[in-house]
Amino acid sequence: MGKLLIKPHRQHPLWLAFILHRLSGLGLAIFLPVHFYVLGLALNDQAGLDRFLHWSDNPLVRFAEFGLVFLLAVHFFGGLRLLALEFLPWSPRQKTYAALAVATSFFVTCAFWLNAV
Amino acid sequence: MIGVRLYLAQRLSAMVMVPLVFGHLAIMIYAIRDGLSAAEILSRTQGSIFWGLFYGLFVIAAAIHASIGLRVLAHEYLKIGNTNLNLLTGLIGSGFLILGARAVIAVTL
Amino acid sequence: MLSEAEKPTAEFLDVAIWRGNAKRGVFHSYKVPQLENQTILDVVSYVQRHIEPKLTYRFACRVGMCGSCAMMVNGRPMWTCRTHVDRAMRGIMRGNPLTIEPLRNLPVIKDLACDMSGFFEKWTRAEGRFHPTRTRSEAIEAISPDSDARKAANEAIECINCAVCYAACDAVTGNKHYLGPAALNRAWTLINDQRDGGRNLRLSAVSGKGGCHNCHSQQSCSNYCPNELNPTMSITGLKRETTKAALKREI
Repeated sequence: MGKLLIKPHRQHPLWLAFILHRLSGLGLAIFLPVHFYVLGLALNDQAGLDRFLHWSDNPLVRFAEFGLVFLLAVHFFGGLRLLALEFLPWSPRQKTYAALAVATSFFVTCAFWLNAV
Repeated sequence: MIGVRLYLAQRLSAMVMVPLVFGHLAIMIYAIRDGLSAAEILSRTQGSIFWGLFYGLFVIAAAIHASIGLRVLAHEYLKIGNTNLNLLTGLIGSGFLILGARAVIAVTL
Repeated sequence: MLSEAEKPTAEFLDVAIWRGNAKRGVFHSYKVPQLENQTILDVVSYVQRHIEPKLTYRFACRVGMCGSCAMMVNGRPMWTCRTHVDRAMRGIMRGNPLTIEPLRNLPVIKDLACDMSGFFEKWTRAEGRFHPTRTRSEAIEAISPDSDARKAANEAIECINCAVCYAACDAVTGNKHYLGPAALNRAWTLINDQRDGGRNLRLSAVSGKGGCHNCHSQQSCSNYCPNELNPTMSITGLKRETTKAALKREI
């Protein structure tokens, strides 16, 4: 009985949708102060902001940016799903909506990526 | 660990952010087409009341939303109790608010 | 004479049963003769009758009505009297034993028997009690079975209090105040009972630090409910009604 990465009772699509929403939310909350700090550089260190933007051109940082866009997209569309679940009449198609939210997030991230290269 | 009021605050801030995130995603896809520079960002935002209000509202909603979200995580994973939890929620919220306000002022004034 | 289904096959089933108390416990291995038609409760009963008389577990009706035999089977909460071994072993790799543990999220008394008192206290805390609006000398109120409220109540009333949903719920694991899917589902049936007079009292009771707003809609409760109820749907109903009441300053 080895330890499983995801416990058996959690192995269903809507739990995965939940953990994706939780982790993307945590990721965004960690990123947000950095984002604010960098934009704040424009206040009295415009050269610093440019240096940062220049640095963010390198491929590794660019790759991380797609991750951030995906976090925002997946939290946004997953959040729309939750608002619909809580405030609209119940729909039995919960798994379909969860899959749709993830698929749309991939689509948006790809659009961002295509524009960036 | 949230009651109906914090729940409402989190859902309302989420609803406020729906059009704002849509806008933000669209701007991002548009803005990065020819690379980013400080001058390019500032030429779009500086002196604009519209962008000031857009990002100002965004920062307030995000600060409320994120601080309540982190409060739930702090309780469920770190087992932080009621009093400290309220303190933590307030601290995180005001931290986001201060940093965010500074950023909005920097790019719009 | 044994019927076809009761005849033992030549095979033995490897079973790992969790044994211990509130402080600690370990898995014990047993070999149980395999039958063509065998429930998890049959397996546990065989071990208790033929191998380990001190094994402690609960059951009563054996037909899915009483709600006392729920356990974790291969890591998932289930009613054991109506779960067949072959169904429980579906998706389990060959060579792995059938594992049986006490329910999650509840303190263990001994072996497979949990202390259910916390679970039932939360039913009371969720104001799961009916508040009558008429006395016995008044006529019985006529409730139309076609009314929306009655339909909503009907969808949620067949709960057997087995605590499968409670064991499946991670919001319960994370927040000890959280009332849990079963108690909130019960509250929702009473909110939809037109004869009940405790609406605002109940809406307040499910709006505190352990209230319905702490549900994360993982829907494990609905996924595992043996009676195919949908506690998540009931909880979203409570979220909407408490939201309206809070905005109108009724709670």
